[in-house]
Formats: sequence, structure tokens, C-alpha cells
Amino acid sequence: MITLKGAGKRFSSNQKDGGTEALRDVSFTVGAGEFVSLLGPSGCGKSTALRLVAGLLEPDKGLIEYPGGKPEIGFVFQEPTLMPWADALTNARLPLDLKGLSRGEADRRAAAALARVGLKGFEHAYARELSGGMKMRVSIARALASQPKLLLLDEPFAALDEITRNALGDDLLRLWREDGLTVLFVTHSVGESSYLSQRVLVMTPRPGRVAGDIALPVGRDSRLSPPTIQAQRIISDALGNAGALA
Amino acid sequence: MSQSDLQKGGMKRPLDILLPVIVAALVLGAWEWAVAHWQVPVYVLPAPSAIARAFADNFTSLMLSLFSTLIVTVQAFFAACILGVATAIAFSQSRLLERTLYPYAVVLQVTPVVAIAPLILIWVGFERINLALTIIATIVAFFPILAGATLGLKSADFNLIDLTRLYGASRLQILWRIRLPTALPYLLSGMKTAGGLALIGAVVAEFVAGSGTATGLAWRIVESGNRLEIATLFAALALLAVTGILIFAALSLLEWALLRRWHESAISDRS
Repeated sequence: MITLKGAGKRFSSNQKDGGTEALRDVSFTVGAGEFVSLLGPSGCGKSTALRLVAGLLEPDKGLIEYPGGKPEIGFVFQEPTLMPWADALTNARLPLDLKGLSRGEADRRAAAALARVGLKGFEHAYARELSGGMKMRVSIARALASQPKLLLLDEPFAALDEITRNALGDDLLRLWREDGLTVLFVTHSVGESSYLSQRVLVMTPRPGRVAGDIALPVGRDSRLSPPTIQAQRIISDALGNAGALA
Repeated sequence: MSQSDLQKGGMKRPLDILLPVIVAALVLGAWEWAVAHWQVPVYVLPAPSAIARAFADNFTSLMLSLFSTLIVTVQAFFAACILGVATAIAFSQSRLLERTLYPYAVVLQVTPVVAIAPLILIWVGFERINLALTIIATIVAFFPILAGATLGLKSADFNLIDLTRLYGASRLQILWRIRLPTALPYLLSGMKTAGGLALIGAVVAEFVAGSGTATGLAWRIVESGNRLEIATLFAALALLAVTGILIFAALSLLEWALLRRWHESAISDRS
């Protein structure tokens, strides 16, 4: 579905050294229907890579290709990034409003998306009236409202407590299976990536490069099942080899 | 919200009103007593009762003056709102435009309006005195609107804007759906300041225009002073103060009505 070929990105800040190199020679492929994690420590350029995939940033070097054409994309940020002046339904409806859908159709689809993330009955709640986990659910509903093929998530659960994080992770897995989504999931949590994804791309810090592409063993039905624990060990080793555990 | 919070909220309101009223009663009482006790001449300091009498005696003409000042104030306020928001929107669309013109907005703000008022009166002409007064008051009220709206339009969440770009939003859609709602609390805060400044601007403009042309409250103050009708002067002054308070209260009410559902500043309970 997406292929990055030797993508590089540098952020200039009027410095003589040419700014900060965020990404160097990043290449990977995500196939249709895959759930792939992009794992690395803070500041390794994971978010930059995700923005390149979304088309929100242009690479300085290299290419981003969408072999099947650019898919409809849903994006979830680390913060819920809701409009505080609007209720949950209006927030979830934003992509549809921007695309010019009729109000009735947009309302229907946004309400359905909210119901799918367990927020039926909260359509008219404002962000401040919702808990952190519920706000993130609205954010996911908004990403789903436009019926994307590709879902990009940028450390979406990093600011949540563990119980909420696990519940949202399970919901994400369910949505992925139900919709046949392709998911690219940025995270700095070995535990999260070992349980949720089929494949993990390990990134090195400054400049960010893909140091490992690990297919995880099957049978990871729960967070504590032996294959999941085994996956964690494999991922941790790869991080160590990448020099990310300095 | 718990029961005790409810009670606290219920108790707070009457106290908010009662305490200032008690202070006013004490001050007015002491004033009345002091004027009578030391037999202060009425052309130096009239007693509150004399001011009330002057207010009643001149009620119609004072109200006409108030109306005249209020028209200028309201016109200037709306003109400042429209011009301020329009300029801020233009600035938000072009960084170059902002960098070019913002310094001149600051110049307009820091130049004492009393100093440019005579020029504006001459240019617009005394036969169109209300227009001249409105322009002067608009200049005074303009800056807080511009500053508030400019800051507000810039404060929009970058990620939210990125998200709209993902769905192909136009600049106009981003402005309408994201930037303007984000700017609303900042704009309303600027409007509260601008409301008071529009009144001050109208009064200053009337002072500069002088008697014989303007007919507002400021002219009444000058006129009463010249005639040593100090009680009437005080009545006009009190009327001005009350008008200022009412403008502020009306704008605070508007702010509360627009923000109460979502903005921290307008939310009283933290439950």
C-alpha cells in the first residue's frame, strides 16, 4: 500500500550546520491489510516518517509511493486534537464536512463511527466533559468517519493510563480486523508493538533510520501469552542492536 | 457538582452584589454628612442628594446627551470590531502583510488620540461631527480587537490544521472551521476592553470637539463646569460611569453565553 524509498528529511532552523537531520535513507513497505509498528525512542523521527506517509510533509530526498494510488487516510495524533467548541458528533464529522457531504449523511456516518468506538450516547458531549480515553475514542472515530483504507496513528495512547491504553489497543485490533484496514502505528512501547502489530520497524535515533524489520511470531492472543513475551524479547534485542538502548 | 458547591455558588451571587452596595451606601452617607457638617459650597462639592436632584431636574436633557454619546460609542465599537477582525484575518493569511503593517497599527495605538483628534475634526468637518467623533473613538477601540483577534487566529492547533489539510481543506475552510472558533475567546476578551475604550474615545472626542458642536455627555460635563453647575456635572459623570459598567456587563454576558459550553474561562464548576 505504501513504499518509502530512501526517504530523507532535514529541518532547517537558520543554522549554519544545516539544521537537524530527522530522517536518513528510510526505506520500508507496508502491504495492504498489514498492522505495522514504527518503534523507536523519542526524537528518532517516527512522527516525521508518519507525516511523510500522510503527505503532510514532503521528503527532501527519496520517494514515497502508493502502488494502488493514494488511499483514503485516517490520522490519529498523540493528543486527541479535538475542537473544544464542538461536541463529539461535530468533531467526528469534520472530515466529512470538509469533503462536502450532506449534513444528514455526515451525521449518520459520524454517529456510526462514534458507536463503533463505544461512544453511543455521547454524541453531544463536549471534549471537556469526556475523560482522556473517551477523547481519544472521539479522535479515532473521526479518523474512521471518512472510511479510510490506511490508518496512521502517532503514539495515540502514550498519554493514557495503562488500563485505558490496553482497552483502546484491543479496540484498535478489533477495528483493524473488522474493516480490513492497513495500520501504521508509531509507538515507543515495546509491549504495545509486540501485542498489536504483525511487523515492527525498529528505528535508530538522530538521524532516524530503519535498523530492523521484524516479523513477529503468530499466536499472540493476549499480552502475556508466550509468543507475545517472545516477541518482546526479539524487539528488545533489535532495539539493542540498533543502539537505541544507550 | 456536590451539594456544598451548589450552596457556595448560590451564596456567592448575593454577596457579590451586597458587599459593593454596602460600601456605596457607607460612602454616600459619609459624603452627605460631611458636606452638611462642614457646609461645603455646592460649587465645590455637592451632596449626593443635590446630585440626585440635579439628575431628576435635567433628566430629559441628560438622557438625550447620553443617547448622543452612546450612538457614537456603539458605532465606534462595531466599526472597531469589523475593522479589527478584518485586519487580523488579512494578517493571518499573509505573514508578509502582518510584518509590513503591524508596526503602523502599534503607532496608531501609542499615539495619544487627543493629539490626532483635531486633525480628524478638521478633515471630516464640523458639519459631520458624529462621523468625526465615531472615527476618533474607533481609533481608540481598534487595537485591542486587532491584538486579540490576531493572537487568537494564530493560536489554532497546528495538528488540527494538519488534519484538515489531510482532507483537502481550503484556506477558507481552515479559517472558518478552525481559526475563527479558536480566536473567539481572545476576540471576546479584546471586545471587553474595546467596549470601554469606545466610550472613552467618544468622550475624549467630544472634549476635543468642544461645546456648541457635540451634544453628548462629555459636552454636558464641560458646559456644567463652565457654568459652575457642579451637581449636574456629577450627574453626567455618574451616568458615564454607569454606562461604562453596563457596556462591560453586556459584553461579559455575551462572552459567557458564547463560551460557557467549552472554554475554561467561562466554566465555573470543575466537576
